[in-house]
Amino acid sequence: MADQADFADQAMQYAPQLYSAALRMTRNRADAEDLVQECYLKGFRSFHTFTEGTNLRAWLFRILTNTYINKYRAKQRRPDESDLGEIEDLYLYKNLGTFEDPSIGRSAEESLMAMLPDDEVKQALESLPDNFRIPVILADVDGFAYKEIAEMLEIPIGTVMSRLHRGRKAMQKALHDYALARGLVAAEHAGASDTASGQENPQ
Amino acid sequence: MTAPDMPDCSQTIKELDLFLDGELSDRERDAVRHHLDGCMDCLGAFDFHAELKSVVATKCNNDEMPPGLLAKIEQCFGVDFDGDGVIG
Repeated sequence: MADQADFADQAMQYAPQLYSAALRMTRNRADAEDLVQECYLKGFRSFHTFTEGTNLRAWLFRILTNTYINKYRAKQRRPDESDLGEIEDLYLYKNLGTFEDPSIGRSAEESLMAMLPDDEVKQALESLPDNFRIPVILADVDGFAYKEIAEMLEIPIGTVMSRLHRGRKAMQKALHDYALARGLVAAEHAGASDTASGQENPQ
Repeated sequence: MTAPDMPDCSQTIKELDLFLDGELSDRERDAVRHHLDGCMDCLGAFDFHAELKSVVATKCNNDEMPPGLLAKIEQCFGVDFDGDGVIG
């Protein structure tokens, strides 16, 4: 049984990553701050149920996620899975990654890290409906395994995988839309690429 | 020369998520690596998505916490902590 007196020593180190995850979930600073505080308060109060030697970080993220789902998600429109529509596989790669001409697409030397501004990446993630956003946050931002995410969200691993796959594609489409809006990608090339991909599977 | 369990391009791309998420078995992982060693097309796609995953991890996890947040959290721990009615 974990001793409450040790909670602060062990748990406070995770505050910055919990805050970033909370901000991606709630999409505003005031709610994110409240969510992290509530997460720590719940963690402190139930620390006696934490099994020492198991993963405290995963335990805290589970509390954060469940608190968000129960408290904040109820305020929002329940997302419909069809909201994402059908997006082709490797969407961003096909539209950004394959141009040889650096004046149109990215040059071989230009990294995605330099090309995609922080705010656009955050917005692209935050544009996803909850059902997709939360698995992507847990997998891609916080590096949890499918099994851990399935346990946190109480959904089957197969559902985690399909939501990650679809959520990531939708995020890539949002990133591509931002790049188009900034004139980073030529519109006719995006169109040409869409046509080309449509011809990949004739009949 | 192709190994008996060498995956083709479409099979390899199907395993992209699992590969980058570290969810393949050692044997499956080796098979994908083996394919990537000889296939520049798939390697390009895998490199791109590995980079994108790292971009998301970095750029969505760098928010500065509000200045008073840590203090507020620690105050929560002080409430009735030792039952003597005094915080801290």
